[in-house]
Amino acid sequence: MPLLDARDVHGGYGGMNILNGVNMAIEASEVGVIVGPNGAGKSTMLKAIFGLLTVNQGEILLNGDPIHNLPPNKLVRRGMGFVPQEHNVFPSMTVQENLEMGAYLKPDNVKRMLERVYEFFPPLQEKRHQPAGELSGGQRQMVAMGRALMPEPDLLLLDEPTAGLSPLYMNEIFERVKEVNAAGVGILMVEQNAKQALAIADKGFVLAAGQNRFTDTGAALLADPDVAKSFLGG
Amino acid sequence: MTQSHHTEPSPEPQQADSVASPRRFPLRETVLFLGLLGVVLWVYATMGAAYGTRMLVESACYAILALGLTIQWGYAGQFNAGVMGFVALGGFCAMFFSIPVNDAFWNSELPGELGKALLYMVGAFVLVVAATRLNRIGVPRPLRTTIAVILGVVLYLVVISNFREVAGQIESQAGFIGGMNLPVWFGWIIGGALAGGVGYFIGHVCLGLRSDYLAIATIGIAEIIKAFLKNADWLTRGTATVSPLPWPVPEPSEVGFTLARAIYLSVTAVIIAVIFFLLHRAYNAPWGRMIRAIRDNEVSAAAMGKDINKRRLEIFVLGCILMGIGGAVLASFNSLFDPVGYLPLNHTFLVLVMVILGGPGNNLGTIFGAVAVYIIWIMSGPLALSLMEWAANAGAGVFGWDVPTNLDSRALQARVFVIGLLISLVLRFAPKGMLPEKVRHHG
Amino acid sequence: MNELIFFINYVVISGSVSGSIYAMGAVGVTLIFSIMRFAHFAHGDMMTFGAFMVLLLTTLFPQAGAAIGIPTPILLMPLAMALTAGLAVGIDRTFYKPLRAHGVKPIVMVIASLGVTLMLQGLIRLFAGTGGSSLYVDDRKEIFRLPVPIESVRVPVVITEPQLYLFGLTIISVIGLHLFLSRSRLGKAMRAMSDNPDLAQASGINTNTIVAVTWMLAGGLAAIAGTLLSLDVTFKPDLSFFLLLPIFAAAIVGGVGHPFGAIAGGFVVGFAEALAVFNWGLLLRPFRDSLPEWLELPSNLAFVGTEYKIVVPFFILVAILVWRPTGIFKGKVIT
Repeated sequence: MPLLDARDVHGGYGGMNILNGVNMAIEASEVGVIVGPNGAGKSTMLKAIFGLLTVNQGEILLNGDPIHNLPPNKLVRRGMGFVPQEHNVFPSMTVQENLEMGAYLKPDNVKRMLERVYEFFPPLQEKRHQPAGELSGGQRQMVAMGRALMPEPDLLLLDEPTAGLSPLYMNEIFERVKEVNAAGVGILMVEQNAKQALAIADKGFVLAAGQNRFTDTGAALLADPDVAKSFLGG
Repeated sequence: MTQSHHTEPSPEPQQADSVASPRRFPLRETVLFLGLLGVVLWVYATMGAAYGTRMLVESACYAILALGLTIQWGYAGQFNAGVMGFVALGGFCAMFFSIPVNDAFWNSELPGELGKALLYMVGAFVLVVAATRLNRIGVPRPLRTTIAVILGVVLYLVVISNFREVAGQIESQAGFIGGMNLPVWFGWIIGGALAGGVGYFIGHVCLGLRSDYLAIATIGIAEIIKAFLKNADWLTRGTATVSPLPWPVPEPSEVGFTLARAIYLSVTAVIIAVIFFLLHRAYNAPWGRMIRAIRDNEVSAAAMGKDINKRRLEIFVLGCILMGIGGAVLASFNSLFDPVGYLPLNHTFLVLVMVILGGPGNNLGTIFGAVAVYIIWIMSGPLALSLMEWAANAGAGVFGWDVPTNLDSRALQARVFVIGLLISLVLRFAPKGMLPEKVRHHG
Repeated sequence: MNELIFFINYVVISGSVSGSIYAMGAVGVTLIFSIMRFAHFAHGDMMTFGAFMVLLLTTLFPQAGAAIGIPTPILLMPLAMALTAGLAVGIDRTFYKPLRAHGVKPIVMVIASLGVTLMLQGLIRLFAGTGGSSLYVDDRKEIFRLPVPIESVRVPVVITEPQLYLFGLTIISVIGLHLFLSRSRLGKAMRAMSDNPDLAQASGINTNTIVAVTWMLAGGLAAIAGTLLSLDVTFKPDLSFFLLLPIFAAAIVGGVGHPFGAIAGGFVVGFAEALAVFNWGLLLRPFRDSLPEWLELPSNLAFVGTEYKIVVPFFILVAILVWRPTGIFKGKVIT
């Protein structure tokens, strides 16, 4: 049974559908990457999974249970974490407080998980008493991922984690993503930097106009000349 | 975001009305105004023509205030919580320009003293402003600031002490400086202009900030205006009040109460008609189209390069002018200038209820709201009193209560509660008012 | 030296008194703003309501305090705080929550809070009448005159019992608030919601709980401030209208959404008022005889008369809006 199984998802804001039948499945051991042109519905799909917009048709299963249209806080309890692209930290709170907020629903986790998050992201330990708003973009992204990891999710959704970061930080973030995945957390992320992201992807989903265009392993998609020509800039 | 629930399909017919074709027969308006007419006739029948006419004149004055507020709130989303201050300014001007000249003041050396005191003020102001420019001739900035602050403090104390002395002399020797003995309408116009000037200052400060700040600032300026008018005895006689104020039309002593008031009513009716006509013209002119574009969709209006803040300031000032005029007309009619009589409840919140109940941004609705709410207001005092007397007496009969002696003042407090409740209910259940303004949908 | 004591009495003590009261009111306003994003104009009336509850309770049990030796109103204040907190939550559920659910503009919430203001004022006046009444029903207000141990000084430093309680409770409240916001899970969740409501929700923080806690805190603090103000002077149903402007000025000076800024702002406004109405002529009196003839000092050298005290917070408000709308500590939400 896949960790996440989205079948024929239609959805959007209000009555308007942006997603017109998307299928997606990943296992707990996998990194899934969603790529595609602007307006293809990549972030929309992530938000649909996390209950931030209405799914009008189709179903989304987490560990076999239907979860579509559940509110975000219920999804957090069921083992899903979400890192928005922007505004993904509490800027006036310290790094440690940010992480504590991530474990708000599971206060017993705090001590143990703080240690683990600091293991994943060593720079955060040094800066744990600094307000998150004062950190650099890459470090902020780490805080955001750390916060989402605090309740020990089975699945982590990342919305463009490398947007606006320098290439150096981009690679670092991708490294961390792989490590987190190796620790047993399924990853599904949307990425603009398609080539680099597909390089670490077990599964790649190329979306266009709210539908799957190509679905395959990351390596296979990278090798596919059609994908390369239309979506990876040649 | 009020517009968001406007776009939702709603089961209530009044919401459906608001998006109907503008050319339909104005059934809703007709019914509401006919009902209002019935109530007015009932008041005339039960309370007499003189009383009824007075009520109509006062509600007409309130309609002018309400028109001022409706364009600020309904057209531009600017909430003025200090209508009272602008009304009081208008009232002051109506008083100051129309009442007779005080010879005891003008025949003494006091005008010269007052003029000198005012000149000192201007001089001190110029000096301080000059000091703030000292950096242009090479004085370092921190030094300039220090000089300007110290100079400002010292000069302020000197000037204000001098002024207090002169004011005290005026009060002890001449009472107050008296009026100008000019035509009544002159004071009305100046009242509007002065209110507009204060509105410009406040609007300018709060421009571009969230509307909450404007609400706070207007509450503040209203209290300051009231405090000034109440305490500046040399100018306004303060708590001693000034009366009578002349009318621009024949007075009751000449032609009798009913006729005099009826003539006054026709004057206010003309003023409202002119305001209404001008607003209608402006609303359909390019200026008005811009205003509507701003109101309906701020983002796209900004994208079209329209200077939203400037338009908003214009509307705010315009609204304040109307409030000044309305306050002036009201004070002249009451033939009394009593600074203590300006109350937030009577002159701010009552107007607010008129506007939100009538339909913010809808001029006709606002006039309906003004007249309807004013009648309720006037009638609610006696009504509440009789209700409370009945309850107290019933209580005394059944439980042996001691009937409180100050029932009538407590009945007045009940009105405070009712106005508050009315605001809450209207916001919740009829946020668009009785005559909702039609918002055109762009795409 | 006598003049210096005047200064202490009229500026230091009286500025601290109003400063403490404004600070506690402004904290409430700023907390409500940071969680619900609107200026709560009924806050002054919540203060009045708290004081009114104390008045009611003290009238019911006038001897309660004598048993343990503290003034009855102070003893009964926690109960009044609880009642005011309950009222605040109740008002939110009845009047503000439905509007929030509708997604109205913040300014509509402001108007709604004005409606609440009028209702509260009407109710309080209906029951308490319009006049003033003393909260000391059975107790006596202690006034301490502390002589200064210097030969030439004849004027004592004057401080009253409620003022001492006010200072004590202000310090306790500030420390308590600091511990709550920085240590407790709920307090941190509150800050999180003020920082980033969407992310707070996505982290599983229950918005309704936080909103309720905010109202309870604001209501409780308002009750303290209102009670101590009424103890210091007298209880009047229309206290609120004179409090509104200084409180908002304090909140904006401190940077909206910034609780400790609001406390600082409260003291800024309180001291500014005290300094502005202080007769500086008093301080210059010792030098009067040595001044040249042409520089005769007028007897009253105050910046504004007490009747124009309200000008001070307004001037501060305008100044801060013109020069630094985000406040002295950067406020978060101001657009």
